[in-house]
Amino acid sequence: MIKKYEDLCDVHIDVLREIGNIGAGNAATALSKMLNDKVRMSLPIVRITGFNDAVNALGGPETMTVGVLVKFCGEADGMIMFLLDMEDAKGIMSILIDNLDCNEDELTELKLSAIKEIGNILGTSYINSISTLTGLRINVTVPQVAIDMAGAIMSVPIIEFGAVGDKVMFIEEDFYGEQNKISSNIIMFAQIDTLKVIMEKLGIEI
Amino acid sequence: MSDLLVVGISDYKVAREPETLVTYALGSCVGICIYDKKLKMGGLAHIMLPDSTAFSNRELNRMKFADTAIVDMVNDLKMLGSLQTDMTAKIAGGAQMFGNSDDMIGSIGDRNVDSVKNVLRKLRIPIIAEDTRQNYGRTLYFYLTTGIVKVQSLSRGVKEF
Repeated sequence: MIKKYEDLCDVHIDVLREIGNIGAGNAATALSKMLNDKVRMSLPIVRITGFNDAVNALGGPETMTVGVLVKFCGEADGMIMFLLDMEDAKGIMSILIDNLDCNEDELTELKLSAIKEIGNILGTSYINSISTLTGLRINVTVPQVAIDMAGAIMSVPIIEFGAVGDKVMFIEEDFYGEQNKISSNIIMFAQIDTLKVIMEKLGIEI
Repeated sequence: MSDLLVVGISDYKVAREPETLVTYALGSCVGICIYDKKLKMGGLAHIMLPDSTAFSNRELNRMKFADTAIVDMVNDLKMLGSLQTDMTAKIAGGAQMFGNSDDMIGSIGDRNVDSVKNVLRKLRIPIIAEDTRQNYGRTLYFYLTTGIVKVQSLSRGVKEF
């Protein structure tokens, strides 16, 4: 009986990784269309990891990080958080917004909005892949953005799921445009019941 | 300068002068510093959730919740010889990292702060300073030689109290 993320076996993690792959593919396609440019992506690395390891992978608890939070609900419940370091956030903004002065540190409303949109595209791409594979009806909320210490941002979803288990699914992947490379980290939190429903729908014993 | 004793998330530690306790990047979590200035001894707790009573799990991590972590930490201090009447508290954190005050995750910081205050009131430990709520992350240093707490943030600079 699976109660925590730690109880997931290799087969389950492979399934999650595959969902991650398909989601990333969808995301790259969506970004390509939006930017009218070819966007390639690396094979995502999917890990089930603890809070501290996840925060360290982002550069430590006090690292300035951009976080975009997209919640989903319906027949599956959880949230997806898209995390970027400041350099990559600026990289994305320079792709999206012409004539952007990248040396300017201040994040204007327009720039934040661009980041939110990217988070939105990536988040919904993942949810779409789950929805398409399983036939589950899933709704997503409007993305919210925060720029602050990695640890403080990460603690939000951890708190939401703190009662379930302290492990998270951590997806690292790189997107390549014509000139830029952007490394993103995506953290997906799903209720363990949601994971069970997804596995069952895919015909995998859990 | 002594080494820093790091308190993780859902964790607490107690120590004496000349040590310094630190906990990094409090978001909606709350850091609770309890100090006994006679013995120059104290504890720092980093709680995540307001209330353990909704969870009847046997594997419950008591350091995760305001109601259990503070009581346990105060008991540890008492075992080291501190009197509850000599203890004072300083608290920080309980922010709302993502906008939207009306949803559950938004208000968790508020509920954490409220619960911490409630627990301390029941223990009759006065809160002599606080830097709570709002919308930014905080790192907390607790100097046991002086009882001073330093709160550091990326956007709002440094505060000491």
